[in-house]
Amino acid sequence: MLNVAAVQRRGIRLTLWFSILIIGICALVAIFGPWIVPHDPTEFVTDEPFGRPQVGIWLGSDYLGRDLLSRLIDGTRTTLVMALVATVLAHLLGDCLGLLAALRGGWVDAVISRIADLILSLPKIIVGLVIVAALGSSVLVIVMLAAVVYAAGVFRIARALGSDLVGMDFIKVAKSRGEGPGWILFSEIFPHVAQPLAADFAIRMSFAILFMSSLSFLGLGVQPPLADWGGLVRENLGGLAGGSLAPIFPAMAIAVTSIALNLLVDNIGEQQLQKKGA
Amino acid sequence: MTSSVLNIQDLVVEPMAGGRPVVDGISISVERGEVLALIGASGSGKTTLALAALGHLRPGLRVQNGSVTLDGTEMLRAAPRMLRSLRGRAIAYIAQSAAAAFNPRMRLDAQITEVSRVHRSRSHKEAIQTAHRLYGRLDLPNPDLVGSRFPHQVSGGQLQRFMIAMGLQESPLLLVCDEPTSALDVTTQVEVLRALKQGIADNNTAALFVSHDLAVVSQIATKIAVLRSGRMIEFGTARDILESPKDAYTKELVAASKHMTISPTSRGGSVAPAPGPEKAPLLAVQKVVAGFGKVTDGSPSVTTLNDISLNLRKGEIVAVIGESGSGKSTLARVIAGLHPAARGEIYMDGKRLAGSVENRTVSERRRIQLVFQSADTALNQKHSVGRILGRVLKFFHGTSGSARETRVAELLKMVQLPPEYANRLPSQLSGGEKQRVNLARALAAEPEVLICDEITSALDTIVAESIIRLVESLSKELGLGIIFISHDLATVSALAQEVTVLRHGRIVESGSTQAVLSAPQNPYTQLLVSSVPQARPGWLEEAVATRNRLRHALEADRSSQALASDGVGNALAITTGP
Repeated sequence: MLNVAAVQRRGIRLTLWFSILIIGICALVAIFGPWIVPHDPTEFVTDEPFGRPQVGIWLGSDYLGRDLLSRLIDGTRTTLVMALVATVLAHLLGDCLGLLAALRGGWVDAVISRIADLILSLPKIIVGLVIVAALGSSVLVIVMLAAVVYAAGVFRIARALGSDLVGMDFIKVAKSRGEGPGWILFSEIFPHVAQPLAADFAIRMSFAILFMSSLSFLGLGVQPPLADWGGLVRENLGGLAGGSLAPIFPAMAIAVTSIALNLLVDNIGEQQLQKKGA
Repeated sequence: MTSSVLNIQDLVVEPMAGGRPVVDGISISVERGEVLALIGASGSGKTTLALAALGHLRPGLRVQNGSVTLDGTEMLRAAPRMLRSLRGRAIAYIAQSAAAAFNPRMRLDAQITEVSRVHRSRSHKEAIQTAHRLYGRLDLPNPDLVGSRFPHQVSGGQLQRFMIAMGLQESPLLLVCDEPTSALDVTTQVEVLRALKQGIADNNTAALFVSHDLAVVSQIATKIAVLRSGRMIEFGTARDILESPKDAYTKELVAASKHMTISPTSRGGSVAPAPGPEKAPLLAVQKVVAGFGKVTDGSPSVTTLNDISLNLRKGEIVAVIGESGSGKSTLARVIAGLHPAARGEIYMDGKRLAGSVENRTVSERRRIQLVFQSADTALNQKHSVGRILGRVLKFFHGTSGSARETRVAELLKMVQLPPEYANRLPSQLSGGEKQRVNLARALAAEPEVLICDEITSALDTIVAESIIRLVESLSKELGLGIIFISHDLATVSALAQEVTVLRHGRIVESGSTQAVLSAPQNPYTQLLVSSVPQARPGWLEEAVATRNRLRHALEADRSSQALASDGVGNALAITTGP
């Protein structure tokens, strides 16, 4: 029994290191992208579309003959920054409203909850389509759209976490002292929910990456020549028939990053469990 | 030794993560017809030891050394199949909370006879008959019909007796009882203890009885083992331990349990003379009605407090006594402004207080402080002690910087804690220390009225006694008016000048502590007084006798009030219920 536990623990360690490694690489690439790209991402390096990998053009060229590696590195920056900003906004909005709804209850809770239900019940991609059709596609519109769409899910989590706490005696103590909602939310409640919300942040970010990539894949996301990973898949899709691997690399980047974020959250949860068990 | 039902030898149980053993080299044996009590404070290893008898260890623990033999079977090395065949049949377990142990969607008969079905020991009809015989012996009303009810249709005390029936169904060799009466009100505790004693005697069963209450244990145990920090520090017959304890800790335990009984010496003996009636009350509660649901015409749809009046003078301790469901905690919340009353007024220094805390002035909020029962939930686990106390200082007095640090140290000293505790988190403190911090927070506001809501009921006897002493000295030093809410008459008898007894949200009796406790007028108060556990032989039988004598008076009282609640009338409720 002891051995099983040890093996499981080693398994956890491995996936944790894997996820941290992937996320670390992505972060470094996003930060130092402009300095490490072998070519300008908009520069034509070959005349041949979907050129094979060769020295200097390590992943081959894209549908216009640009260096795919450079475009991928540039896309990393676009993808991650947009996903990060969208998730931060979603959490700012969702956390504040969720905890407030839990604390206040009554009509405040009812109104915000129904709005959240409404957003959650709409298919995200269709909403994206309508919004982009109405407002046009820009980085700002896409990020705000993702933020609002995911704020509803964050709201649900924050409200549930908060509801467990508002009935606790230390909240009653603060109320009977006459503390305002600001103090109760941020000083009394927030420290208790910070950890689960951080886990939610990571998983929400992987959703945001997938959502924005889907929009780009449908041509609703960021517009050329700027391209995120989803956009790279879309623009190079034609090469697939000719045996080019060009759309595979950005698709892999999307998959691997999402998996890494999910594994990270799993491990955080696992370690919290172990801490509680000990 | 061969005649022992249970034999535990040199048992050492330690956490898997390492650290101090939970059970450290304990050897005990129990014979047929013998009740061995394991007594100790929380964390003494008594429950771990009792569960080891079932061959069960809680997750995260492992056996380092020793053996547990039940009727010739080595329980710690037995195969799961073997353990399954023994559990329920040869050894049975009675948990602390019957409410949590029963399946709410199954009828009681089905749950009691489940053990016979699983072990295929007898036919369904026989099993039901056995169960019904047991109900009768355990004094459950209508033994042939009551088993067809669901768990929520019987009272807490009855449910606990059903759990005893479940344990005894297969006439096990050994019964393991883990604090079977700790969660019950005193009057209910009497009935459950009597049933348990009866059941063990009828079956000539051996029993392990885990408890922290020496008075309860003394009524039922033949032998007592005193545990502390995983070691057995004293072992002997119940009589020896109670009359001539040897170890210092046991002496303290026995002394504390004597303090915690209503005796002529403690009755109003240590209290200061009550202040003269000419002094205007500091706090006056007048004809308060409160409850839940929609308020129509000044009465809520569910009334938990009815026509409550109470006066508190400066430097005075007023006790409010009541069992669960009596409305005593609602009263605390009404006074603190957390639960606005439907009718009635509260005056402080002659000035009317607003019903809800939002409408009270800062100084009114500061002058009334509420101390909650459970420090675990009342202290924010993420804030250090210094921050918890500091916030109150900043909020009410604007104290900051080094002045605040000095004041925090002063407050800690006031509740007898060292100043360096300011840097600790509540999770790094013991239960008693947390309760002291909880008190210190209330004191930080420099209140005039302190409401203590069951502040000792979650603590071990010795720790509880030290908190009582602290409250007493604080009231003298600071001249606080204290409303001390408790279910425990014994605690209150040494502390309060005035006592008010609540039942079903009404005041049944009030007056000076001495008068009310020495010559209670109301039958319910009489019952309460007689139900306080006492560490002397024969108390249980007397309490049962008093209970039977008062039954009629209480029944009349109950029907006149026509209020349903969980109390003494339980045994009667079932005959009139659906």
